[in-house]
Order: sequence, then C-alpha cells, then structure tokens
Amino acid sequence: MALFQKPKYSTVIVKKKDIPHGMWKKCPVSGDIIYNKELEQNQNVVPKSGYHFPITARKRISHLLDEGSFTELEKDLCAGDPLEFVDSKPYPERLAAYQKKTGENDSIVSGVGKIHGIPVSIAVFDFQFAGGSLGSVAGEKITRAIELAIKEKIPCIVVSASGGARMQEGILSLMQMAKTSAALGRLSEAKLPFISVLTDPTAGGVTASFATLGDVIIAEPGARICFAGARVIKETTNEELPEGFQSAEFLFQRGLIDQVVPRTEMRDRLRDLLAALYVKKEPTQA
Amino acid sequence: MDNNYALDFEQPLRGLIEQMEHLHQLSAENNIDLSKEIRGIEKKIAETKKSIYSNLTPWQRVQLARHPQRPYAYDYIERIFTGFQELHGDRAFRDDRAIIGGTAFLNGESVMVIAQHKGRTTREKLKHNFGSPYPEGYRKALRLMKMADKFDMPIITFVDTQGAYPGVASEERHVSEAIAVNLREMSLMGSPIISTVIGEGGSGGALGIAVANKILILENAYYSVISPEGCAAILWKDRAKAPQAAKALKFGATEIEKLGIVDGVVKEPIGGAHNDPDAAAATLKEAIEAQLAELKKMTPEERIEQRYQRFRKIGVTDEDVSDGKIVPIKEAAS
Repeated sequence: MALFQKPKYSTVIVKKKDIPHGMWKKCPVSGDIIYNKELEQNQNVVPKSGYHFPITARKRISHLLDEGSFTELEKDLCAGDPLEFVDSKPYPERLAAYQKKTGENDSIVSGVGKIHGIPVSIAVFDFQFAGGSLGSVAGEKITRAIELAIKEKIPCIVVSASGGARMQEGILSLMQMAKTSAALGRLSEAKLPFISVLTDPTAGGVTASFATLGDVIIAEPGARICFAGARVIKETTNEELPEGFQSAEFLFQRGLIDQVVPRTEMRDRLRDLLAALYVKKEPTQA
Repeated sequence: MDNNYALDFEQPLRGLIEQMEHLHQLSAENNIDLSKEIRGIEKKIAETKKSIYSNLTPWQRVQLARHPQRPYAYDYIERIFTGFQELHGDRAFRDDRAIIGGTAFLNGESVMVIAQHKGRTTREKLKHNFGSPYPEGYRKALRLMKMADKFDMPIITFVDTQGAYPGVASEERHVSEAIAVNLREMSLMGSPIISTVIGEGGSGGALGIAVANKILILENAYYSVISPEGCAAILWKDRAKAPQAAKALKFGATEIEKLGIVDGVVKEPIGGAHNDPDAAAATLKEAIEAQLAELKKMTPEERIEQRYQRFRKIGVTDEDVSDGKIVPIKEAAS
C-alpha cells in the first residue's frame, strides 16, 4: 500500500500580524478587501460592489444633514425596567452593556436639522444598540419627533434599522407601535410629509407601524425588510422562499415601496422629495 | 374535539368529575340513594377547582387561553349581539375569514363587530386559518370600521390570534403595512371603539384591530409583544423555556392592567370561560355595555383625543421612574 500513500500537504501558517486588525473589511458580495478609511469616506458603502455595510445613527445623521445643522433632542432619555425582566441576564445589565458599547442611551438618535436648507425633524435607529429594538424610549423619541414636526410645521423623517419590538419591555413595546402610528395620523392630518427610510434590517413591530406609513418609503439596496423573519416563515409554513425574498429589491418589485436609493444618494434624494412635497419649488442645483 | 379534554393541571378535577358521574349512574341504574356521597364529591370538586384555578401560573393561563374548548369569537357574538350580518371581503383580493366582521345589534342598537376567529373543528380551523389573519383580513377590518365610522356606529372588536400569518403571500401582500395602516386609521376614528382580548392577544396581529378607546381582557387571556415560545427561542435559545418566558413577559390580564394597557379585566367562570360560555358571555356583555355607555357621552372629537392620549402615555422611561409616576410592577403588586 505504500505506493498509494496519501500525499502530504503542509499547512501554511499565516502570521496574523501581517494583516493589521481593524484596518480592512472584506466585502461579502465581491470578496474584495477594502481599506476602512476608503469605506468610511464612501459612507460605509463598498464603491465597486455597492454593498452597504451597517452605519451608526450618528454617522448617518452626519451624512444626511447639513453640516452643523443638527440639534439633538431627548438625548438623556433612558429606559426603565417596568417588568423587572430577567432572562440569562437582568435587562438593566443588558442596557448598560449596550450603552457602553455604543455610547448611546438607547436605540434612537433624534433631533432637528436641515437637508440642503430644508428643516426636518429626524429620528434614526442605531442597530448596534439592542438590535435597534423598539422599546418605550425609542417609541417616545419617535413620537416626540413627530409631534415636534407638527408643532414646527416641518417634515419628519425616520430611518429604521431594527429587529422589531423590544421583548424585555413586553406589552409596553407593542404599544409603541400604536403610539407612533397615531402620532403619524396627526402629522398626516396636518398635511406634513413623513418619509420613511428602511435600512438593513427592518423587521417586526417597526415594519408593522411607522416604517410602512411613509408618504414616501425608500429603502437602501439589499436591505432586508419583513414582518416575520425568513426563518420563522420557513419553520412555520415549510414554504419555499422565492429568490431575493424580503430584500429591498423584492419589495420594490412587488410595489410595496417607492424607491431603492443607495446611501450615497440619499441626502440629495430626500432633498428632491421634500422640495416636491413640502417646499413645492424645484430645488436649485447645489 | 373530545368534551372531556383536560389540561395537565386539570386532571385531578377530571378524575373527580368522572367519579361523580359514575356515582350518578350507579344511583340511577340500581335505584339507590347516593346523594350523600355525591354531595361529598361535589364539595371536593368545588375545593379542587378553587385550589387549581386560584393559583394558576402564567404558563397555565396561556394553556387556558389556548384551551380547545375555549369560546371563540362566534360563541361570544351569538350570545352578546342579535342580528349579526357578516360582511365579506377587502374589495381587492379576497375574503380572509381569520377576521370576521359585520353589523349587529347590541340591545337593539346598531354596532359593527370585528373579530379574529380560530375555528373549532379541523374544517373550521382551515376556513379561518386558525385565527391568523392575512393582510386582506386587516384590510377588510379597516373597510368595515371606516363604514362604521361613517355611519356613526360603535365598533366592537374581539381579539384572539397567535399573530398575523407568517407566510410568503402574507409578506408579498404587505401584512406589515396592512397592520400599520389600521393602527393609524383607528386612531383617527370618531366612533367609540371597544376591544376585548378573549383568548390570545398575539403581538402586532392583535393590535391591528385593537387601537380602541377602551380595552378589556378576559381573566385568563393574555396580550403580549411575542408568543412565549418565540421569546424563549430568542432569549433562552430554547422553545421549551416558554413557561419561563411567560412569567418574565408579565402578559397576564391583571399584570397588564397594572401597566395601564387595559381598562378592565373581565372575570371568567371558575375554571375558565369554557366551563360556562353563557356566563362568560353575559359578564363580557355587561362590561362592554358599561364601557360603551361612558363613550357615548363623549363627542367624536373627545373620543379621538381620549384614544390618542390613552396610547400616548404608554411606556416607561427613566423620566417616569424618577417622577414616581410609575411604580415598578413588583411594588405595585405587594
């Protein structure tokens, strides 16, 4: 048997230090390696493949709004623990860990600012904070952002990135869906535009409330948007899922959203929409 | 379904009832007086019922809420109202029978009834999709509610669903939008709206017909952001931990009443509504009448404002805690 011995391969040991940690990212679509700085300069979008990496709420706001125009509101609002919820960890401990990790108090950053000079009330989800989950704080901040828009007679924008309702606040989280949607009812009666921007991922209670109530609904390319997650659907129904199911493009093709807009074009697109719906004058090209 | 169906914790009771039936039979067949023995067992049954049903765990209540004999929407509708005329379809795609709706009379007064219905037999369950609505169900509900609002009729809804149906078609026809639109539109209606959770209040699928001025819940029903199994799968990584999740979510009737989610807990007959559907419906009817009488005193504008504020104030942040407005649930209970 010696004639047919298995060929011997030697393992090549890659020295970890050859690739400096945290300076590069690998694009999941093209497999290309991109320098972090280049990625940041392009709003975390891979230039060649168009893949959208996640982005923090604050970064997003800085990309969307006129420089220096943002005034943050309700920054200090923090969650309570009304259910004294404990799974493997008490809820307050989880909150503290997310606060430490993100530097945010909860999953929403909100305030007022300007987009090419047009005033807006804006609330943006930070997915890094508890999966962008919708609890009492997020619900309250979004509702206040909508109410502020009504008071100031300005448009409202919500950028979603959320797994849905926050389980640790139980039924109180569910009710944030009704609270925010009712506020949008008032915004609508005041004839002020609401633009909903859906980013990866937008799911559950967020999708089933304010996120799908936009006068205009825009999604980022490739964003997963759903009510029930694909895994849940597969497990419950044993259905074959169509290709691209629950992607922004899938929803667009089915007529469920208005546009799919790359992040790098979002600011100008919002300007164009607000110019049409709110200012009602064609914008002068900046 | 077998009429003798009993949940695990009901077994001791089932045994006693069988004993009693046996004694009755014996007494009748042999013409002997066993009334003393029968009275003894009856007393024991009453005691056992009390000890079982006054100490239910949250998970046991979930099982009661899902009891196969539990009265469903039609059972209440036929007992509470007269002249129910079911109206069908969303005028766009099809008629989703997971949500039923139509006009009816409450003590002779016209109302619109909207309800999630699970269905008892296999055939009925399939017809009503086990009470899990597709988007067209919510759109039908909205169509009927808008009609009621136009004709100044009170809207009475009954919530009993595990949740909106999670399926490809459901997503393709935008179930989230269908629910969201209902949340917004219900908040703008001048008609009185009263919702009652009669069994399972499953998440957004329940809320989609429950943005009401007054919300009631039956004693053994529950109303939750997520099913106990779903929550257990995500937070405990194990669906079998559903009993723990049921406890942690504090979604029982009295617990959510303390959180200000519901305006009243409707007592059920001892052992649960399925033990006496007539009595359960009678109690519920009284509760609905009382709420409706209050709402009828208000103008449409006042009802819209009351409903808005009702939901507007829900939520607990550190502001509430430091103001001492909301007491943590444990302290409130003691």
